[in-house]
Amino acid sequence: MISKEQVERIAKLARLSLTEQEKTKYQKELTVILDYIEKLKKTETNHSDQRKHFKENKNVFRLDELVKENKAEKKDLINLMPETKDNYLKVKTVF
Amino acid sequence: MSLTKLNISQIHHGLKEKDFSVVELCQQYLTEIKKKNQDVFAYLFINQDSVLAKAKQIDQTISSGQDFSLLTGVPGAIKDNILIKGIPCTASSKSLENYIAPYNATVIERLNKENCLILGKTNLDEFAMGSSTENSFFGPTRNPFDLTRVAGGSSGGSAAAVAANLSAFSLGSDTGGSIRLPACFCGAVGLKPTYGAVSRYGLVAFASSLDQIGPITKTVQDAEIVFNAIKGKDEMDSTSVHLENNQTDFSINQLKIGVPKEYFVQGINPEIKKKIEQVIEKYQVKGALIKEISLPSAEQALSCYYIIACSEAATNLARYDGIKYGYSAIQQTEEKINNLLDIYLKSREKGFREEVKRRIMIGTYSLSAGYYQAYYLKAQKARNQIINNFNKVFEKVDLIIAPVSPVLPFKIGEKIENPLEMYLADIYTVSVNLAGLPAISMPCGQINNLPTGFQIIAKHFQEDKILKAAKFYEKH
Repeated sequence: MISKEQVERIAKLARLSLTEQEKTKYQKELTVILDYIEKLKKTETNHSDQRKHFKENKNVFRLDELVKENKAEKKDLINLMPETKDNYLKVKTVF
Repeated sequence: MSLTKLNISQIHHGLKEKDFSVVELCQQYLTEIKKKNQDVFAYLFINQDSVLAKAKQIDQTISSGQDFSLLTGVPGAIKDNILIKGIPCTASSKSLENYIAPYNATVIERLNKENCLILGKTNLDEFAMGSSTENSFFGPTRNPFDLTRVAGGSSGGSAAAVAANLSAFSLGSDTGGSIRLPACFCGAVGLKPTYGAVSRYGLVAFASSLDQIGPITKTVQDAEIVFNAIKGKDEMDSTSVHLENNQTDFSINQLKIGVPKEYFVQGINPEIKKKIEQVIEKYQVKGALIKEISLPSAEQALSCYYIIACSEAATNLARYDGIKYGYSAIQQTEEKINNLLDIYLKSREKGFREEVKRRIMIGTYSLSAGYYQAYYLKAQKARNQIINNFNKVFEKVDLIIAPVSPVLPFKIGEKIENPLEMYLADIYTVSVNLAGLPAISMPCGQINNLPTGFQIIAKHFQEDKILKAAKFYEKH
């Protein structure tokens, strides 16, 4: 059974706020699911199972160059923002 | 004449022969949707006004005598996690309830080039997380064969639309079975392409190494037509691949078909097992060689899938933070926002429903310091074993035939309180996504008037083999 502190730690990392009721509920549900997933620990795996030797993997690159500005697209994106000021996205101070 | 019963090839023929116009076709579909969508709830959003205007336009093109493509004027439905510029894209979530897509997904650009008629957006489990469409913020889609039962998920709306004749084809997405399961539950054909065969640009990301967009249709040929229209390399998706035009020619008596022994041992409804045995017999009678193969414990694959999918989801859903778009606590007057953290916490608290929160937490746990080695890294190693196992199996056989679901479409509400039981519905589908393989779900009759289906799985980029084998079954 995962502890309430563990649920709180996970919720904090995931930026989710939970009520006390929710914490208990997820504590139970996550325990059941994580217990099931524990079965994976029994699978025997070794170092060679890591993907490094797969020859088919290729990197896909493009030139790091600027795409022409699209004013209409910019307007659509700004319209989606919850709070703006002078065409800038407005956010709460970070520090 | 009921035009809504026609498949894509029949529509194309009818338009060419001038048996009916695109406007007539469109009107019949809109009438049918008005009649049935209340009960089935396949559609979240219907393109009512623009679609009739487009239909008129297409009719003019057709009457000008020019040649037109197979998909011209064909009405389709799009899962609401695929972006269509200018119309809502909600991913069935409150967090995107009022989000208007600012661009088209590549698959939409390609369908637009074909001059399809997009009727609207269909219902799904929130962020494609689920197997029944019961996790939708807007309510569940009901199975057209029995409205008290689920349509499957997460592409439930897409599958129900095709099954209820509310669209000629649909697009869905498949991360762990989300095209194949609802197609199976609704008696439709559902194709999950090889990972990389179809661009993911414009698909709301769930698990980036597993997601694929694919067609849900009435016939195999329709699935082939839609797949051909949307497949291929896209500069906007670096995981998409240039596809070779390989059309391997073979006859059924040259096929070696593998049947995974582990899948039929426990947990599967015995009537479903019997149906699939009858399917295999059809191929055997025509001379195909049937071989028993071994696929590693399906339970291990399910555990592996849930760790990887949830970890990738936790990362992909971090962007829904109420800052740049989507539901934001800053716009809610009743919320007390003191700082930036409050915006994150409150936007996500209200924006996501339970299943999404559950999966984000499982993913966060698996990736967190102290647990990463035991969970995520272990799952990656198990994934590679699964891939290697499939590679070995495909050295001995051309195709694998397997069940899609261990159960028949269940009642709405039956499994929703028990998340783990819901996860088990995916047991036969997830390893295909982990290995990036192509697979089709084919209907194979009914049990107690409920549809059931089987899967054909092939090696990477061998959709042509799957389609040919599926067509054979369809004909016989």
